[in-house]
Amino acid sequence: MSSTATITDATPPQLGHRLTAARLPRWAPAATAAASIAVGCGIGAAAGLESHVQWGLISALLFLVVSYTLSASVEGRRQARDRFATSLVWVSFVCAVVPLVSLTFYTVQQGIDAISPEFLTHSMKGVVATLSPDGGIYHAIIGTIEQVLLATLIAAPIGLLTAVYLVEYGRGRLASAVTFFVDVMTGVPSVVAGLFILSLWNIALGFEYSGFSGSLALAILMMPVVVRSTEEMLKLVPNELREASYALGVPRWKTILRIVIPTAIGGITTGVMLAVARITGETAPVMMLVFGADFINSDPFNGPQQSLPLYIWQQYSQINNDFGYQRAWGAALVLIAFVMGLNLVARAIARWRSPKGGH
Amino acid sequence: MTSAPPADARGRARRSRGDSRRGDNVFFNLSRGSGVLLLVVMAAIAGFLAYRSLLALGKNEGNFLTTFEWTPDATKPVFGIAVLTFGTLVSAFIAMVIAVPIAVGIALFISHYAPRRIAQPFAYLVDLLAAVPSIVYGLWGVLFLVPHMDGLTSWMDQYLGWTYVFDQSSTGVPPRNLFTVGILLAIMVLPIITAVTREVFRQVPRMHEEAALALGATRWEMIRTAVLPFGRPGIISASMLGLGRALGETIAVATVLSTNSVLSLHLLDPGGGTFAQNIALKFSEAQPLGRDALMASGLVLFVITLLVNGAARMIIARRKEYSGAAA
Repeated sequence: MSSTATITDATPPQLGHRLTAARLPRWAPAATAAASIAVGCGIGAAAGLESHVQWGLISALLFLVVSYTLSASVEGRRQARDRFATSLVWVSFVCAVVPLVSLTFYTVQQGIDAISPEFLTHSMKGVVATLSPDGGIYHAIIGTIEQVLLATLIAAPIGLLTAVYLVEYGRGRLASAVTFFVDVMTGVPSVVAGLFILSLWNIALGFEYSGFSGSLALAILMMPVVVRSTEEMLKLVPNELREASYALGVPRWKTILRIVIPTAIGGITTGVMLAVARITGETAPVMMLVFGADFINSDPFNGPQQSLPLYIWQQYSQINNDFGYQRAWGAALVLIAFVMGLNLVARAIARWRSPKGGH
Repeated sequence: MTSAPPADARGRARRSRGDSRRGDNVFFNLSRGSGVLLLVVMAAIAGFLAYRSLLALGKNEGNFLTTFEWTPDATKPVFGIAVLTFGTLVSAFIAMVIAVPIAVGIALFISHYAPRRIAQPFAYLVDLLAAVPSIVYGLWGVLFLVPHMDGLTSWMDQYLGWTYVFDQSSTGVPPRNLFTVGILLAIMVLPIITAVTREVFRQVPRMHEEAALALGATRWEMIRTAVLPFGRPGIISASMLGLGRALGETIAVATVLSTNSVLSLHLLDPGGGTFAQNIALKFSEAQPLGRDALMASGLVLFVITLLVNGAARMIIARRKEYSGAAA
């Protein structure tokens, strides 16, 4: 633009003219960030603000304003806007990291004290929970494992078969209806699933509280997740494999069982494990249907059981003192470790055995 | 062992073809059956809840939509969803206002801003955090977040109190209010919104971005003109998925919020309630009518989340076709 101007004005190019516009040095954003954090904390401390949330907010605001004005004065408005957007994105990154890191650290820090061999191998039977720090989560671990296992046994085959139907057979209105409602079903609140099983299983059919009725509700929550992930995996299986199998005269069902599913089994396992991880932490349906117990009940079909999320909730809401909190944090740490472990293993399997290529 | 296949082998071939047809039939019907079962479950959820709700609504002596109290087991049963609707919508609204911009920021960070070395592990971390159980969020919320919100709420009361919404009528109580719940919900739905938005941003045609940069756009101008318009339906549907989560969140809200059946626009005052939280808390003491009343409120929640999720999915589905054409 400036070159056309120089030609029409016919002024000779100036020797000292710089080809590039002025830029802030590379370290400027980092320096701005450090300075604003320092000043923000300074203001917070000076004004005697107790909440560190405010310190952070002041720093973030300072960072945004300073980086904009600094850039606007040196580089011009367009660059300043760009810098502002970049700063905003970084601030949102920090906004996300802070609570998440705090959650993890706080849980570990609070829970690690509670965990001991006794805590993991004893139930709450005979423990005066409000007055003593004794007792443990053994019964809750057993309950959680049994309920989740039963739910998986119900949900995984149904979910897998539904996904096979959608990918291998699904045409027409039924298939699109199933696809749509599977998607919608992922959003069913857990408390609604609990209410449904309550009205069907416990009220209409007259069954008592048991681990199994909790599993039914968990299965409802789990099915759509399994369908979604399995569907994605089956779609990744290359069509050439199916065609080669048909060309050899292998019937369709055998092709699906022996070729398609084994090819995608890594991804399917991952999907099921992620779904398991998701339902392990569900509290509301378990609270309504499993009821909770202080003793070990290893029979999921008879009588109330305990489960880890429910245990945490009861320790918090019913005991509601430091003993209860400590046990709650201990159980929370075990629960998080279990869920995260499941996640990590699932993703490792996905990486290890994912179908490559295809379309 | 001659060139013509013996009768025995031919018979076996026919039999195995018959087997395979039967096998195909069985397998097809099994898989279609489980698809149908899912539809039946959805229909049954709606049907059973509707049936129990009708039982409860027949005995309700107040107006279900406008009543504040929730006393279905009293001698004169009165219950209504006014407070619950307000609390659910307001807390979800606060969560959305906070979470959506931050989630879009994080998604942009992962897809366009972060150095590759940070982006990958961070995306992974965000996915992991979607798996943290909500009871743990609740415990953290009430024992860590609530004490830390104290300063912020009193500060907002002091400087923003004139807006009425942020006016605190009683100071010194722990901020177990709808505002804190909104912030907690925002943290909880952040991962899902980020994950979906990030995927959409990744699909932006590289040519669009490079064309914008080649025309001299700064990075922000490139994002504003190429990435955001392409990703807008994705952002909308991701937000609605997050909204569905926030509306249905039960146990985290139940731990953090202190309940009373007061409908107050002062968001910083403790109290209020949401559908899911009300069900979780009132359930254990509920008599048969009380349970049916809770099912009525559950039905309302079910319908709301169904609408929100259905709309989100429809937007995503439309986008899918479009992006397939553009890619």
